[in-house]
Amino acid sequence: MNLVTVSGPPSVGKTSVILKTIVSLKERKLKVGVVKFDCLFTDDDILYEKAGVMVQKGLSGGLCPDHYFVSNIEEVTQWGLDNKFDILISESAGLCNRCSPYIKDIKAVCVIDNLSGIGTPKKIGPMLKSADIVIITKGDIVSQAEREVFASRVHSVNPGATILHVNGLTGQGSFELSTLLYDKDEDITTLKGKTLRFSMPAALCSYCLGETRIGESYQMGNVRKIDLGKREI
Amino acid sequence: MGVLTVPDLRNKKIDTLLTDYPFAETFLVNNGIDPEKFRDSSMEDYFRQLDPEHMEDHAIDPDHLLTQFADFVNQMLSFLGEDNKIVESITILPGHDKSGNPENFTEFVIRKNEIVSIVGPTGSGKSRLLGDIEWAAQNDTPTGRSILINKKTPDKKWRYSSSEKLVAQLSQNMNFVMDLSVFEFLELHAESRMITDRETVIKRIIKEANNLAGEKFDPDTPITALSGGQSRALMIADTAILSRSPIILIDEIENAGIDRKKALKLLLAEEKIVLMATHDPVLALMGNRRIVIKNGGIDKVIETTEEEKEILSEIEELDRKVQNMREKLRNGEKLTSE
Repeated sequence: MNLVTVSGPPSVGKTSVILKTIVSLKERKLKVGVVKFDCLFTDDDILYEKAGVMVQKGLSGGLCPDHYFVSNIEEVTQWGLDNKFDILISESAGLCNRCSPYIKDIKAVCVIDNLSGIGTPKKIGPMLKSADIVIITKGDIVSQAEREVFASRVHSVNPGATILHVNGLTGQGSFELSTLLYDKDEDITTLKGKTLRFSMPAALCSYCLGETRIGESYQMGNVRKIDLGKREI
Repeated sequence: MGVLTVPDLRNKKIDTLLTDYPFAETFLVNNGIDPEKFRDSSMEDYFRQLDPEHMEDHAIDPDHLLTQFADFVNQMLSFLGEDNKIVESITILPGHDKSGNPENFTEFVIRKNEIVSIVGPTGSGKSRLLGDIEWAAQNDTPTGRSILINKKTPDKKWRYSSSEKLVAQLSQNMNFVMDLSVFEFLELHAESRMITDRETVIKRIIKEANNLAGEKFDPDTPITALSGGQSRALMIADTAILSRSPIILIDEIENAGIDRKKALKLLLAEEKIVLMATHDPVLALMGNRRIVIKNGGIDKVIETTEEEKEILSEIEELDRKVQNMREKLRNGEKLTSE
C-alpha cells in the first residue's frame, strides 16, 4: 500500500483537490481510502462517501491536532492494509503554521492557496518547507503575475519540491498530481520505527492540563513570556 | 562555475556566496537569515551561534536547509545560464476522444506569433487539451495525446519547474488580490523573474496597459482600485512582457473597457503563441485556424475562410460603434442616430 499525507491551512481546498485526484486514481483501477483528521468538526467524510471512497475521520477535540495525528497514524495505516487499499491518503489541517505531520520516507503533500498572500510561504514552517509536493490552489481567480510571484516565493522556501497548480473546482491539474502520488514499487506495511521529519512544538503548561484562570500565579511548566521591551515606571 | 555542493555552502563566507550568487539573498531572506548581519560568517558559523531553542521554535534543520540552499542555487544557475531558448512551435500529436475513437488529424503545429481558437461546448474537453499542452503530455494522459516542442520531445523541466511553465493563463474571473500599487506590484513580479533593469520594464508595461485600457491609470494607483477594463489591460500587458511562458491561453476576454485587437497584437509582438477558448465571434475569427473539440477529442480543425474574414470586419465595425457609444456615455454625451 502507498501512504500519502496531505496537509495545509484550513479552507485552502485540500478536500476538493483530493477528491478530484481520486477520480484519476480510480480510472487507473486503484483502490483508494482516505482518513480525515480535524479538530472540532468536519463533514468532509460525507463528501468522500458520496464519491464512493472509504473514509475514516478523527477529531482531536481538546488535543493538539498534530499530536493526535501522529498518535493515530499507525492504527490508520493498519486499517488501510486491512481494507487492501492501493493508496491511503491522510488529510489534516495544519493549524499553528509550524507543525509538520510529515513522516520520513512517506510522500508529503502541502496544499496552499494563492489568496493567502505572498508573505505566507515565509510564515509556514516545516509543513511547507519539508513537503515533497506543493499544490497551489485558487489560481483561477488571481492574475497570472500573482500566480508567478506566489510560486516563486514557495520555490524560494522549498526549492526541492515539485510545485503544481491544481484547480479544486474544475480539476485542472489533478490528473497530473495523481501521476505523482502512486508508485507501484512502494509498499508500506507499518510505520513503526519511522520518524517525523521534524519535531512538533513542545507544550506542557498548566493550561494544557485544564487551567482557565489568567495570571502569573496560575502558570506552571513550559511557560514563555512575550518581550515587550523594558517597562518605564 | 560548476555545481555548488553542500560542503561549499557550509564553509564559505556568506559574503563570498553573495558575490558569487547574488540571487542567494532571496533564499536567505525568505528563510529568516539577515545577510547583512552574517556577512562575515559562514553558514556553519550561523548555525553554531543559533540558540537551540530558537532552532526548535523556528523549525530550523541545518542539514535540510543546506540541501535546499544548494538546490536553490543550482536551479537558479541553470535557469539563468539558459540562453533564452525560444519556443518556435508546439506540435500536438493525436490521441483519442472519451469513447476511444482516434482523433481525426495527423499532427497540428502551432508556431509563435500565431493565434489559434478553441471552440466546443462546456465540458467537451477544452481544459484537458490545455492540460495536455501544459503538462507536455507524452501519451501518458487520459487522451493519449503527445506534445512536441520545436518538433522534439520536450524537456522534463516543463513539467516540474516552478519558474518555467509552458502556459500562462488570462481569464475573465481573474482579479488582483494584493494590496499594492501598480508600480510595487510590477516590481515584485519583475523581481521574481530576476529582471535587472526593472524601472524600464515597468514603465513599458504601464504604457502598454494604458494603451489598451479606455481610461488611463497612474503607477501609484492601488491595483485593487483599478476598473475591470484597467485590470484586464494591466494583466495582459504584464503577461505579454513579464511572463516567461511562451504560450498564452485566453479564456474569454470581456469586451468592456479594453481594446482586444490591440491586446492580441501586443501578445503576438512579444513572440507568444496565443490560444483562445472563446465563442465570441470577434475573437474566435481572429485566429487563422480553430480547433473544434467534441466528446473529449479534437473533432476537426477549421481554417478561417475568406467569407468569415469578411464577416469579421463587419462585426468589428459593429463592435467599434458600440465601443464609441460606450465612450460617449462615459463622457456624459448624448447618443445620436448617425
